[in-house]
Amino acid sequence: MTFLILLGVLVVLGIWLVGLFNGLVTLRNQVKGAWAQIDVQLKRRHDLIPNLVEVVKDYMSYEQETLEKVIKARNTAVSAQGPAAISAAENQVTGALRQLFAVFENYPDLKANQNVMKLQEELTSTENKIAFARQYYNDTVMTYNTKQELFPANLFAATMGFKKEEYYQVPEEEKQNVKVDLR
Amino acid sequence: MSDYRRDFAAEIRSNKRKSFLLFLGLPILLIGMCWVIGEQYERGDLGLLAGVVVAVGGMLITYFLGDDIILSFTGAREATWESDQVLFNVVDEMRIAAGLPMPRVYVIDSFALNAFATGWSPDNAVVAVTRGLLEKLNRDELQGVIAHEMGHVANFDIRFMMIVATMVGAIAMIADGYRRTLWYGSGRVGRASSKDSGKAIFAIIGLVLAILAPMTAFLMQAAISRKREYLADATSARLTRNPLGLAAALTKIEQSVATTPLPWVNRATQHLFIIHPVRNMDGSQSAMFSTHPPTSDRVSRLRAMASLQEDVESQAVV
Repeated sequence: MTFLILLGVLVVLGIWLVGLFNGLVTLRNQVKGAWAQIDVQLKRRHDLIPNLVEVVKDYMSYEQETLEKVIKARNTAVSAQGPAAISAAENQVTGALRQLFAVFENYPDLKANQNVMKLQEELTSTENKIAFARQYYNDTVMTYNTKQELFPANLFAATMGFKKEEYYQVPEEEKQNVKVDLR
Repeated sequence: MSDYRRDFAAEIRSNKRKSFLLFLGLPILLIGMCWVIGEQYERGDLGLLAGVVVAVGGMLITYFLGDDIILSFTGAREATWESDQVLFNVVDEMRIAAGLPMPRVYVIDSFALNAFATGWSPDNAVVAVTRGLLEKLNRDELQGVIAHEMGHVANFDIRFMMIVATMVGAIAMIADGYRRTLWYGSGRVGRASSKDSGKAIFAIIGLVLAILAPMTAFLMQAAISRKREYLADATSARLTRNPLGLAAALTKIEQSVATTPLPWVNRATQHLFIIHPVRNMDGSQSAMFSTHPPTSDRVSRLRAMASLQEDVESQAVV
């Protein structure tokens, strides 16, 4: 009798462990997918910038400096290695692009150009996509980490080889920009 | 923040429970009705069979053709990046925020302001908006609306809503037909015979069911659909982190419905839209039968979320 009860408990525990393992694997893959999505959008921005510069440079002969800044930031970002360097370089790109779009306001011809409008919309949208991809990444990491930390999963998660993931930290300057946008 | 999140998960769980009940309840209602009607012609078995066939057939048709049928009602055409760049980009942004695959995007050629989502699962979802919506909303507002629709996709409301549309439609149709036969063919059922009392009981149950079943189905559809609208609003706020965009959009859409309703909406499809697409002639609508909560209530909930968000952010800065 005791043997049967023990066996029953073991079977239930086994089923639960399989469920926990599969759930955590699914979440881990979601975290990976979310991270890849950020990369996809950053690459897309790298590809778009040369196109934009090509189209606008004839209009903006007096703004060579601003344009060069964008190109330089973009090239640094493309060759950056490691999460910290990439993050810093991409922030430079964001800043340089904002500056460029602000300068656009002084060129009515530019704003009338369909090509420029389309490229600007595309870059603005890519900017948003980067932000939303980061947001989704952090949401997924939170679900993944929480699942590992909750009792009784916390007793087994580490043994089964699951590690907690780090959140994507938004750099200080960008936080301030978001605050200004909200106002 | 964490409390807010837990409420969210609890809300989704309760939604799933209720959907499951509705999933069971509507087909049972449909089959039961067919059985009782069959019983009156002394062929309860045939009635039962017909009920099962209609219920299963309805599910299958919904599964294979549901989104196509709904789209063909609306006359929507597929949008591409070339034709509607901003819409396409906003949908892409919101599906990234929700971590879902890219849905198909459709535009309905109408001046009315409205939007809906449909499909069997997030892998083959459809998001449709009217041309009027694209013209009247700014980017933030459009983002809020699309996020609301992606919320319906993420919460599996789209599948649920399609099945409800099919089942409610079938129940209403059968009950309608039955009431008509009672009107014209009452002599046959009422004729005296030896098994009189048993038949009379079924006739009464049948009549009551024919009246109550469609009403019950509508009530179930309305109650759960209202809940889902709130939840999709909350999902929208979570995805955009900007509840005020959707609040402004809802206000604009609500105002437009009074002047430009969508003409081809019926009882079975009304609950698909972001805001109830038609008004009764006198402008009033019974709250219990409405598939959508009052827009003013939705807007004030979104505003409350916005102020909550502001509190959290100001604390974070300090």
